[in-house]
Amino acid sequence: MIEEKFDAIVIGAGMSGNAAAYTMASRGMKVLQLERGEYPGSKNVQGAIMYADMLEKIIPDFREDAPLERHAVEQRFWMMDDTSHTGMHYRSDDFNEAMPNRYTIIRAQFDKWFSRKVREAGATVLCETTVTELAHDTKGKVIGVRTDRAGDVIFADVVVLAEGVNGLLGTRAGLREMPKPETVALAVKEMHFLPEEVIGERFGLKGNEGCVIEAAGTISRGMTGLAFLYTNRESISLGIGCLVSDFASTTESPYALLDAFKRHPSVRPLIAGSEVKEYTAHLIPEGGYKAIPQLFGDGWVVVGDAAQLNNAVHREGSNLAMTSGRIAGEAIFQINSRGDPMTKENLALYKTMLDNSFVVKDLMKYKDMPVLLHTHSRHFFMTYPQLMSLAAQNFMRVDGTPKIEKEKATTAAFIKARSRWGLVSDAVRLAFAWR
Amino acid sequence: MTIAVAELRVEDKLFLNRYLVDAGGPHIKVRPHEKPSPNLIALTRVCPAKCYELNDKGQVEITADGCMECGTCRVLCEASGEIEWNYPRGGFGVLFKFG
Ligand SMILES: Cc1cc2nc3c(=O)[nH]c(=O)nc-3n(C[C@H](O)[C@H](O)[C@H](O)COP(=O)(O)OP(=O)(O)OC[C@H]3O[C@@H](n4cnc5c(N)ncnc54)[C@H](O)[C@@H]3O)c2cc1C
Ligand code: SF4
Repeated sequence: MIEEKFDAIVIGAGMSGNAAAYTMASRGMKVLQLERGEYPGSKNVQGAIMYADMLEKIIPDFREDAPLERHAVEQRFWMMDDTSHTGMHYRSDDFNEAMPNRYTIIRAQFDKWFSRKVREAGATVLCETTVTELAHDTKGKVIGVRTDRAGDVIFADVVVLAEGVNGLLGTRAGLREMPKPETVALAVKEMHFLPEEVIGERFGLKGNEGCVIEAAGTISRGMTGLAFLYTNRESISLGIGCLVSDFASTTESPYALLDAFKRHPSVRPLIAGSEVKEYTAHLIPEGGYKAIPQLFGDGWVVVGDAAQLNNAVHREGSNLAMTSGRIAGEAIFQINSRGDPMTKENLALYKTMLDNSFVVKDLMKYKDMPVLLHTHSRHFFMTYPQLMSLAAQNFMRVDGTPKIEKEKATTAAFIKARSRWGLVSDAVRLAFAWR
Repeated sequence: MTIAVAELRVEDKLFLNRYLVDAGGPHIKVRPHEKPSPNLIALTRVCPAKCYELNDKGQVEITADGCMECGTCRVLCEASGEIEWNYPRGGFGVLFKFG
């Protein structure tokens, strides 16, 4: 099929693959990118909030033609029990800046746009091509890939594995472990279409302003999980995700969870009358810092979700993916322009550069969070939301009970549910993990 | 006033999606077994596309046509050898319009 040899092959045209391919191609390297989907984005799912800064570092003038939906001016966090939510809202007109900080996007459209930029930068992009295997030389160095198209090995100096969370190729080649049930979440999502004005009215938004809701509580039925609702221009992205290990032990159905979230009295009015146009499912890496695998070796590097570079605490993945792709591309370009070989020693540069970026620093900060949330999921996702609701309701209902008695009742409920020691230790554990 | 939110069965949800099914080349297979493991049984509830079902002999079967290629079943059952998991051929399988 392809006889020539490439400077680099990038597997996957998602956020990380596009960033890597763009970075190398725009610096004049000869790049081949392979994507199994019919078009870039056809296999990809995201919430989706996209962070401007990380894209700006790759394509500074992206706002000119990237398909962006709304910029977020308001963020809500909801602790939900079955009939109520206790919320924190932050809204600021400061987010209506000339170059907004966060946008909602629709991945299929965004990935197509990003891929067009990659082609314009000079890379060869082949879709509908599944890479089936990494090719090695006798010493074990990765020297290229095999695909499901006719033809033999396609050769390259270095292969960038940007294959996403499932990471089939890397795990089968023994470069890293398979994702484990307790380090990945399964998320399901729906796209609800509504007229632009209706979305504006329901969320109090004008023009391209957007609102972001993240929700936790009894909606995940004691499993470690989170739901989200993001406004796009004329649709609402809405989904829920929980750890795969929790799904397996509870045997809850993800679609039943999603439907219950939609029926929740706090959510229902926001999506009433909408037309659902798509139902998707995808995994999210949740293992954090401790799950980061070996990132480089002879003739290869791994970026994005395939390397578990995902900040589950802050629901950030695409920006870590784009940044790790860009950094891998820059490191490879440096080695390439010195005329050095793509050995393990030389490619260690990628890890050094990544360790110095926010990607690894952020994951390091929350390194104890995944395990804490996992082992204490019932308290954080069932007990506390219910207690919060009770406390808030107790506070708001005016019924002739003296306030001092109300406070006592609330405190007693917390202690009854979790014991004094339990409350203190949960708070301490959370504080330490958050630190 | 009650506000209606369209409620759909999984089958109807999947109907919204676009697929290019590789007829005759299913990308996921369940190995023949006598008694399914707890994880394999869990898939009949946990697979977001409801691809897994128990047959009347109490064994788990898969129809991968509606598969969204999420990988959940791979994470739960590949290591034990109960299922064989691959991506569909390039271009085939689910084709998200929005994602
Ligand atoms: C429901 C959900 C909500 C999310 N919300 C957010 C959010 O709001 N903000 C945020 O920043 N992040 C979010 N994330 C995370 C974010 O989507 C990921 O971190 C990001 O997409 C990772 O990019 P990637 O390039 O590493 O992988 P992907 O985007 O998954 O791309 C991998 C690509 O590789 C291709 N591929 C795989 N194997 C092969 C092969 N063998 N041959 C050829 N091609 C192959 C795939 O088809 C795909 O195009 C969310 C994720 C989910 C599932
Ligand atoms: S990959 Fe996901 S959607 Fe497909 S069969 Fe497995 S669990 Fe179901």
